Amino acid sequence: MSDIFTLGIDVGSTASKCIIMRNGEEIVAKSLIDVGAGTSGPQRAIEAVLEDAGMKKEDMAYTLATGYGRTSLMDGIADKQMSELSCHAKGASFLFPNVHTVIDIGGQDVKVLHIDNGAMTNFQMNDKCAAGTGRFLDVMARVLEVKVEDLGRLGAMSKKKVGISSTCTVFAESEVISQLSMGTDKCDIIDGIHRSVAHRVTGLAHRIGVVPDVVMTGGVAQNTGVVKALQEELGCPIKTSPLTQYNGALGAALLAWQAASRRR
Amino acid sequence: MAKQVSPGVLALRKVVDDVHKEAREAKARGELVGWSSSKFPCELAAAFDLNVMYPENQAAGIAANRYGEMMCQAAEDLGYDNDICGYARISLAYAAGVRVSRKYDPETGEYIIDPSTGKPLKDADGNVIIDEATGKPKKDPKTQTPYLQLDNIHDIEALPDGPEKERRWEAISPIRQMRIPQPDFVLCCNNICNCMTKWYENIARMCNIPLIMVDIPYNNDVHVADENVKYVRAQFDQAIKQLEELTGKKFDEKKFEHACANANRTAKAWLKVCDYLQYKPAPYSGFDLFNHMADVVTARARVETAEAFELLAKDLEEAVQKGETTTPFPEKYRVMFEGIPCWPKLPALFKPLKANGVNVTAVVYAPAFGFVYDGLDEMARAYYKAPNSVCIEQGVDWREGICRDNKVDGVLVHYNRSCKPWSGYMAEMQRRFTEDLGVPCAGFDGDQADPRNFNAAQYETRVQGLVEAMEANKQAKEA
Repeated sequence: MSDIFTLGIDVGSTASKCIIMRNGEEIVAKSLIDVGAGTSGPQRAIEAVLEDAGMKKEDMAYTLATGYGRTSLMDGIADKQMSELSCHAKGASFLFPNVHTVIDIGGQDVKVLHIDNGAMTNFQMNDKCAAGTGRFLDVMARVLEVKVEDLGRLGAMSKKKVGISSTCTVFAESEVISQLSMGTDKCDIIDGIHRSVAHRVTGLAHRIGVVPDVVMTGGVAQNTGVVKALQEELGCPIKTSPLTQYNGALGAALLAWQAASRRR
Repeated sequence: MAKQVSPGVLALRKVVDDVHKEAREAKARGELVGWSSSKFPCELAAAFDLNVMYPENQAAGIAANRYGEMMCQAAEDLGYDNDICGYARISLAYAAGVRVSRKYDPETGEYIIDPSTGKPLKDADGNVIIDEATGKPKKDPKTQTPYLQLDNIHDIEALPDGPEKERRWEAISPIRQMRIPQPDFVLCCNNICNCMTKWYENIARMCNIPLIMVDIPYNNDVHVADENVKYVRAQFDQAIKQLEELTGKKFDEKKFEHACANANRTAKAWLKVCDYLQYKPAPYSGFDLFNHMADVVTARARVETAEAFELLAKDLEEAVQKGETTTPFPEKYRVMFEGIPCWPKLPALFKPLKANGVNVTAVVYAPAFGFVYDGLDEMARAYYKAPNSVCIEQGVDWREGICRDNKVDGVLVHYNRSCKPWSGYMAEMQRRFTEDLGVPCAGFDGDQADPRNFNAAQYETRVQGLVEAMEANKQAKEA
């Protein structure tokens, strides 16, 4: 029997990610473009992943879109769209078969998923507020004049605990500015920011119940400072993967494979 | 084809129309017209033949007609904080004389049409007609509406009599909720929410009118203690005394008993209507129940209301027998909708539910208005129990009972920015629903009246997530 290739596309609010899988088992290619819904990002990510795989769109047995901009791909690109919730659950279950809780911090939302036998059976999401999301960290990095990808490394150098108490992004921004004007070390402030995010996300996670294994996905999972702070707050280890940013696209490619198999 | 409306629904619509018409006529005759909170004992007002209007229903109607934002902003301009309940803000703006009005050309007197309004024009085959000049769909002129602006009845009243004054009166939006007479007294019972107390105090002060207050403290217990009943009974007596002073009439016990009998009959018929949601598939949707809330709130002590609900129950029985439903899609999933709907965003609320075959077969707000009692003590107990005056154990028990009876697969929770007491304990309730009933829950942010607090994209993702979780649950059970 010939191989089945499926494409998963995750059009997030800040980035577009693609994964091509062979037979729902092996990742063949991946791509990431740093702009998301409403931009050229999705199209560029698709072109990049196909080029990486040396394949054409017609080679894909099934394409499934997810993420904030998922519906925009239903116009001839994707065969189906599913919420990022199910896709993150699927992707995390593939990477960590014993997962029961997924914490995904994306560009503009936070999700906590409860997983049973690889399927999402319940979830919680943040309210309209941006606090605790990737956007919150973007804003803080800008105020601190550091790159967002350096936050984890810098926070690890903290020597003193600084409390960033505000949960509101705007209020926290002014709190950070006050700390800077008082001469507080940037690394200590960053550590405080990480703990502030962790505290907020923990509240959300407890609403649904935290059952190990706990996996963290999404771009913020690359920030070792947030992961460490979350582990401390939750009191349990958190697993992450180098593919964390691709997790939604991975889940989409897996669900696409399931759909393609059913179609056959 | 025009949608078929059942005789029961038509009768219910007539009841509310009559309530409004009678209040307007009473005001024109110089009789007293009051405003009342939704769960004030209407039986007391009925004993004095008083015409009473209901600001909560009025605000819901104003919001559903897309005037919520304008009225909320008008209240904010008066100094009321954006965090206050949207119903309260709309009502306070209205009490201050603010009205949504249609813009007209002062020279011709014609209304100025807003070109962005209206539905696309279609040809005989139902195809949308494109305007060649713009490349966009042409608008059906019959569905276009004038630009809207705010006016104030006190400014209009100050004008000299003449055509300009008449024109401005006429330009006020014709919806009945914008034509409610100003109050001569207010009846407030804070069982339904605590914001009510300050809301009604403000109206009373603003309009310089009497406030008749029945205070129902939050109940930490599932049972209503005898001393609580005594406290409320004493307030009923005081309210009767105040109404006697206000109207110059003696309390008519016969009329009161008659009103109680009608209210009980209405409640029984209403609960019977609510129970039809237990059928699978349900012959209608929980959103239909919300549409009938106006009757059970504004006219539950009228015999016509009881008769109309009895007629609706008969219609539903027939629909069940014939296997018919008002839900315009096959019912794949059944959910409880928790909280008041986002009235300004009903189409957006309904869209993903329809797309995913989700029928709302349980709502807690509606049956909360179906209470049956015998005698004054039981009446006091009945009024003691309202969605925001009961403890979490009672609240969970009510909801889980409805979820079981109405066989829901999931729960959709509206975190209503207008209603902090209600939304505040929902996180814990959600946790218990999942634990006790084994169903997934999804929450979304919104508002019952202020459209600025709702985001359609966020809502759609949550509904889709809920559907996917319900599907996973279903498959796991089948496996």
